Amino acid sequence: MNEPVVNLELAIEHGLSEEEYDKILKILNRTPTYTELGIFSVMWSEHCSYKNSLLQLKTLPKEGKQLLVEAGEENAGLIDIGDNLAVAFKIESHNHPSAVEPYQGAATGVGGIMRDIFTMGARPIAALNSLRFGELDNNRNKYLFDGVVKGIGDYGNCLGIPTVAGEVYFEDCYTDNCLVNAMTVGVANKDRIAKATVKTVGASIYAIGSATGRDGIHGATFASEELSEESEEKRSSVQVGDPFTEKLLLEATLELIKEDVLEGIQDMGAAGLTSSSAEMSAKSGLGIEFNLDKLHLREENMIPYEIMLSESQERMLAICKPGKESEFEIVCKKWDLDFALIGRVTDSKNLTINFKGKTVADIPSYYLSAGDGAPVYKREVKVPDYQNDLNSFDTNNIRSKESTEKEFLKVFSSTNIVSKQWVYHQYDYMVRTNTVIGPGSDAAVVRIKGTNKAISMKTDCNARYVYLDPRTGAKIAVAEAARNVVCSGAKPIAVTNCLNFGNPYKPDIYWQFSESIVGMGEACRVLQTPVTGGNVSFYNESDKWRVYPTPVIGMIGLIEDIKNVTPSGFQNIGDLVYLIGETKNELGGSEYLKVIYDKVAGMPPEIDLEIEKSTNETILNAIKSGYVVSAHDVSDGGLSIALAECCIINKSNPIGIEAKISSELKEHQVLFSESQSRFVISIKPNFKSDFESLCNSNNIIFQSIGETGGNELNINDLFNISLSKLIDVYYNTLPEIMNSK
Amino acid sequence: MKVAIIVFPGSNCDHDAYYSFKKILNVDTDFVWHKESNLDKYDLIVLPGGFSYGDYLRCGAISRFSPVMKSIVANAKKGKLVIGICNGFQILTESGLLPGALIKNENRQFVCKNVKLRVDNSETNFTNLCNLGDTITIPIAHGEGNYYCEDNVLEELKSNQQVVFRYVDDNGQTQNQSNPNGSKDNIAGIINKQGNVLGMMPHPERNAEKLIGNADGLKILNSILTSFGKN
Repeated sequence: MNEPVVNLELAIEHGLSEEEYDKILKILNRTPTYTELGIFSVMWSEHCSYKNSLLQLKTLPKEGKQLLVEAGEENAGLIDIGDNLAVAFKIESHNHPSAVEPYQGAATGVGGIMRDIFTMGARPIAALNSLRFGELDNNRNKYLFDGVVKGIGDYGNCLGIPTVAGEVYFEDCYTDNCLVNAMTVGVANKDRIAKATVKTVGASIYAIGSATGRDGIHGATFASEELSEESEEKRSSVQVGDPFTEKLLLEATLELIKEDVLEGIQDMGAAGLTSSSAEMSAKSGLGIEFNLDKLHLREENMIPYEIMLSESQERMLAICKPGKESEFEIVCKKWDLDFALIGRVTDSKNLTINFKGKTVADIPSYYLSAGDGAPVYKREVKVPDYQNDLNSFDTNNIRSKESTEKEFLKVFSSTNIVSKQWVYHQYDYMVRTNTVIGPGSDAAVVRIKGTNKAISMKTDCNARYVYLDPRTGAKIAVAEAARNVVCSGAKPIAVTNCLNFGNPYKPDIYWQFSESIVGMGEACRVLQTPVTGGNVSFYNESDKWRVYPTPVIGMIGLIEDIKNVTPSGFQNIGDLVYLIGETKNELGGSEYLKVIYDKVAGMPPEIDLEIEKSTNETILNAIKSGYVVSAHDVSDGGLSIALAECCIINKSNPIGIEAKISSELKEHQVLFSESQSRFVISIKPNFKSDFESLCNSNNIIFQSIGETGGNELNINDLFNISLSKLIDVYYNTLPEIMNSK
Repeated sequence: MKVAIIVFPGSNCDHDAYYSFKKILNVDTDFVWHKESNLDKYDLIVLPGGFSYGDYLRCGAISRFSPVMKSIVANAKKGKLVIGICNGFQILTESGLLPGALIKNENRQFVCKNVKLRVDNSETNFTNLCNLGDTITIPIAHGEGNYYCEDNVLEELKSNQQVVFRYVDDNGQTQNQSNPNGSKDNIAGIINKQGNVLGMMPHPERNAEKLIGNADGLKILNSILTSFGKN
C-alpha cells in the first residue's frame, strides 16, 4: 500500500476537525506523516480521548477509603477488600462491532475487558454483561441477540471465566444499535498489582501474543460515528477473537507478574499498539521507541500506519525489568506465546516509530493522552423538544383494560420480565467452583477461596426512566444496582459505569448525558459507592433509531462473612413475608404502561436517596442478624412480578404465597407500580418482633403481607395462579420465541 | 494416594479438580504440565475439563498428541485409574482409551446447568459408594457432549455394564427431555472394559461442596478414594 499525501482533506476523512488538524500542525510544527495522522486520529477519537465526556466524568465521586487507584489512573478500578486482596473491575461497551458482526463483536468485547483486568495482575473471577436489542418480533434482532449471546458464551467459556450475572432488555430504540456491555471482576494479591507504566530508560519493550494483522484498523474511529448503511462495509473494522490465545495470555501475564519480571504492562485494546504505548509513555513522562521491523505480523506488506492502528486481539505490551529478559522469555515460551522485542524506553517523552531504517512518527506522547494534550470539549446542551410532551402524560388516567389476572400474565410474560435462562444456560456460570449465587437472582455472589468473603455483583439500568428523566433515571440505576447487591447480603462498595448515548454533538443528546452524570454522581455520593472507572459509548443512533440514554451501572458489593449470602426466592414453607418500602401510584415508564398501553411516557418513579440508603442499611442489618431467609428487590413490573419471582426463582422447589397487601391505591397501581426502595423479604417466624422493631427503629415503612406456602400465587384474591403456570410462562417464553423460525 | 491433574494449554477446570482433591478431600495432589512424560508416581490421573488447545480442529484432537498422553495411555493399559471429565472425556475418546466420540450438542448450543444422572453401574472404582439406580445432581457445561457410537459398540457397552451414568428426569427415567445434548441412549459417562478408565461429561468436581450445590459430586470422588482404601 502506498501512503497518501497528508492534508486537511485526508485529516477530515480520518474524523478530525479542521481545528484539530491545525492543532496537530502546531504540535509537530510540520505536516504529520501518514502514520502520525493515523495515530492522532485514533488517539483523538471519542473512543480513546473521551474528548466530549471527560469534563462531565470528572464530576463523579472518586473518593473512598477502599480505593487503591483513582478512576482513569489504571485500566480498571481497584478496591481493597482486606486479607491482602484487591478487587479489580470494569465494564466496557462493544456496541458498534456487535451491531455489525454480533458474534465476533461480542466475543472480542469480552476479550478486551478481560485483558483490562488481568493486565493489572488480577485473575478474572467473574464476567457480567448488560445487553439491549430491538424487539424480538424482528428477525434481524433475533439474529443479533442469538449471535451476541453465542459470542459472549464461546469466548468466556473457553477462557474458563464464569459469566454469572447480567441483564437483557428489548426495546425498539435498540433496533439498529444493540448495546453490548461486558464487565469483568478480578481478584489480585495487593502486593502483586501490575501497573501500566515505564520506569527505566533502556528497558526492553515486548509485544506478546497474537501476530498483528490488518483486522480492526480504525475500530476506535468506527466506534466514534453513527452507524449507517456504510457501516456494513466496515465489517473489516470488527476484530476476530481467539479465546485460546487469550487463555494462554492470561496465564502467562499472571505468571510474569508473579515472577516479578515486569516493569509495566498494558493490554492492546482500542487503537492497539498506539494507545497502549502512548498512554504508558505520557503517564510516565518517558519516551517509547519502536522498531516495527521486529514485530511478528500476520500479513505481508503491512505499512507502519496499519501496524500502529491494527486492533488484532489478544496482544499485550510488556516492559521487562532490565536484566530479567531471559526469565521473561522462558515464561512466554512455556505458554507457547509468540513475542517480539520491539522497542526501548527512552528519555525523550516522545512516541517514536521506526520502520525500515526510517523514523515514520515522532510525537510528544502528552498530546496523545486523554485529558492531557488531547482535545477536551464542553458541548452545548438543550432539553429535547419532545421532553415536555413525554413527561406531561398523566398516568393517573390509566385504568385497567382487562381483568387483573390477564394483565398480570401479559406483563409477566413480557420478554423484559421473563427468565433469561435461555441466555445464561449458554454461559458457563459455574467454572472455578466459586459461584454461590449464579444468574437469575438479584445479584450474583462469587466466593473468594481461602477467605470467608464473597463478592456480590450486578449490572443495572432501566433506560426508560433515564429517557423520561435522565437525572432521576441515572439515580435509580445506581440505587437499584445497590439494592440488588444488598439483597444478596452484601454491602455496596463501588461502581463502574458504561455510558451508552447518541451523538454528543446533538445538544439534546448532550443534555441527556450531562443530566445522567449529575444524577449518577449524586446517587453514588449518598450511597457511598465511588465510581472507579468505566467507559463512554456515544453515537448509538441511526437515521431511524436513537437508543434511550443508557448509563449502565456495574455494582460491586462485599460480603464479609459468607454465611450472610442471601437468595432471592422463598426457601421454606411458613416463613413470614414482608413488603418493605412505600408503594405509590407510579406507573410512568413502567413495564405495565408499555405492555398494556404500548407507551413509554410520564415521569419515572421518584427516588429519595436517603430513604434508599437507610432501607438498604436496615435490610443488611437484618440479614447480618440472621432474620432474613430471602430478599428480592421490587423493580420492573412492580410488586406482583416481584412476588411471582420470589415463588419460582428456585425452580426446582417453588413455594407459593397468599398475599394480602393493604393500600389506598387502585388494584393495578398496587400490582404494577414501580415505586423505588422496595423489597420483598421472607423471615423466620421466630424473628418477627426483632425484625419489626429493627424496621421501626430505623423508620422503615413495612407491612406483613402473608406467609410462604401452597402451590399458588394469590394476591389480594385478585387472582390465584398455579406455580406450574407461572413456571411455564417464566421459563418457556424466551426459548419458544428463539426456537420459532 | 497421589493424584495428578493434567494441565493442557487451555485446560480450565484444572483448578476445580485440584481444589476438590487437595482442599476438600485432603489428598496429595499435583498439577502436571502436559509436557511431562512420566506419571508413574501417581495413583490417579485426572484429565480435567476446559478447552485444551482451544478445542480447535475437534475437542481433544490436538491434546491427544501432547507428550503426557503416551504415559497416560501406558499407565491406563497397566490398570491405573484415569478419569476424564468433560474435555477430559473428549481426550479419552480421541486417544482411543474409550470408545465412541463426543459431537456437537444436538441443538448446537453450549449448555451449562445442573442435570440428574442415574448411576447404572455401582460396581466401579468411581461409583462404589453409590447404589445402582441412584439419582445424583451433577452440573454439565459443554458445547460438544453429545455421545455417539456405532450400534454394535453401544450393544457391547451395555452388555459389559460399561455405561456408568445416564441423563434422567426427576423420576430417574431416561426421557428425551432429560437428555441435554442428544447423547445416544442418554449416555453421560462410560468406563472401559478393564474398569479403570472413566469418561464423563458432567463435572462431579463442581458439586463437591454444599456451599455451591448439594455436594452430590462427592459420591463419585469419595468412591475413588474408597477404591484406594482411603476414606
